[in-house]
Amino acid sequence: MPSFLFWLFAIVMLVFGALVVINRNPIASALSLVICFLGLSALFMSLDAFFIGIIQVLVYAGAVMVLFLFIIMLLDLRAEERRKMNWVAFVGGFLVAFSLLVQILAVIGSTRMAKQAFPPLASEHVDDVRNVGLVLFGNYNLPFQVIAVLILVATIGVIVLSKRRLR
Amino acid sequence: MNPTVSFILITLLKIVGIVFLVILPMVSYAVYAERKVSALIQDRLGPNRVGPAGLFQPIADAMKFLLKEDFTPAHVNKLYYWLAPCLAMVPAITTIAVVPFGSTLFGVPMVIADINVGVLFVFAIASLGVYGIVIAGWASNSKYPFLGAVRSSSQMISYELSLGLAVVPIFLLIGNLRLTEVVQYQIDHGWMILPFAGNWKNPVGWLLAVPMWISFGVFAIAVFAETNRLPFDLPEAETELVGGYHTEYSSMKFALFFLGEYAAMITGSAIIVTLFLGGWHFPGVPDGSRGWIFGLINIFVFFAKIAALLFVFMWIRFTLPRFRYDQLMRLGWVFFFEIALVNIFLAAAIIGFVDR
Repeated sequence: MPSFLFWLFAIVMLVFGALVVINRNPIASALSLVICFLGLSALFMSLDAFFIGIIQVLVYAGAVMVLFLFIIMLLDLRAEERRKMNWVAFVGGFLVAFSLLVQILAVIGSTRMAKQAFPPLASEHVDDVRNVGLVLFGNYNLPFQVIAVLILVATIGVIVLSKRRLR
Repeated sequence: MNPTVSFILITLLKIVGIVFLVILPMVSYAVYAERKVSALIQDRLGPNRVGPAGLFQPIADAMKFLLKEDFTPAHVNKLYYWLAPCLAMVPAITTIAVVPFGSTLFGVPMVIADINVGVLFVFAIASLGVYGIVIAGWASNSKYPFLGAVRSSSQMISYELSLGLAVVPIFLLIGNLRLTEVVQYQIDHGWMILPFAGNWKNPVGWLLAVPMWISFGVFAIAVFAETNRLPFDLPEAETELVGGYHTEYSSMKFALFFLGEYAAMITGSAIIVTLFLGGWHFPGVPDGSRGWIFGLINIFVFFAKIAALLFVFMWIRFTLPRFRYDQLMRLGWVFFFEIALVNIFLAAAIIGFVDR
């Protein structure tokens, strides 16, 4: 993957990631997040990790964000756009995010990993779908099953909560 | 020539060739075919004024769409109103990138991007198709488009589940998500809907046919729902919603929605053909390594199968009445979802206990 494609997708991701926060209109924020996810997926694919890149689009851009958009469309958008900016929260949030960024950079800079080039995560000849499946159902079978039960419980919980008033 | 440059050139040639020379003409003539088929079914003549048997009708339609006034209502959200038709058209065409539409031609494999997660790519791009409709409905800023968009997005999300679950048995059997491998498997072992072909006396093939037929049925019906075709065209039900999500659109922007629907139908049929009907394979026809003429025949066979499926799409549209919305949702969630789920267990049991 030529490095200019990396820079292209990285810039797309960062710009639209910033737009998610900056936009006042929730629909515009949600769509910016979708484009941000597409950029992220392209970066995964540049590392030859096609499976993770595609799952990123399929799950986040295709399913999660559609549901988000669906909910946002039912809100009163005018109220959201008219709302005044809370400067204390703005400055506070900025400081927290900035200190987190400084910390992350400091930690990464102090390790040796920052200076070496990594081989691709997977390559054309390695079947990453098979590898993910083997690891998921072999090494981490119990956590996988537990997560499945957790999601089932959450689903039942949502149905119980939303149907309670109908009884 | 530099291998990278020649790779890029050949890929570009394939993209231009398949999209502009095959898919887009097919889309415009699908509209003509739809009108002719409906005329045939309803005992009318259909378009017959422009050219012999009305064959130039699509060109006349295109001129009309291009020359009409492109009106943008004052109450819409401009940026998203303009963005939506593009978002409706692009995913429908992008899907074709991973579909093998032929064997080889002059030694070049006839697939644009042969990636190892082919079928997941198809689902990922198809799931992005809902944005065009949702944004169109929201940006139009009026009731009927909005209701159409809400209906459409919930319908597409619901049927995506059955769509995804229905193909699992195929990949349990093949053990590979690459679509060229799917076609190769079907050449070696018989088409997915005819797993007993070639080995008639083996009972396992006949046993495998059961989950494959269920998969085929669920998948084909889910494709109807995904492409908003009758009997599932609730998002644009004229009698209830005027025109649904594209009520506020005119001229070329309306045409993009209209043609996007047909493009989605063509790519949906292409996926059905690749997964169940043997792709470009036809019994007795060798692949492109025997000579370029066979390569061309393979491509022709693939698109002929698509055309046959498109005819079935149209036949059903003019035969069945529209479902009610709650019936549609119940069908998706209570019936197809469970059938597809049970079908996976059935296929896994057959593959696990009975070795081929």
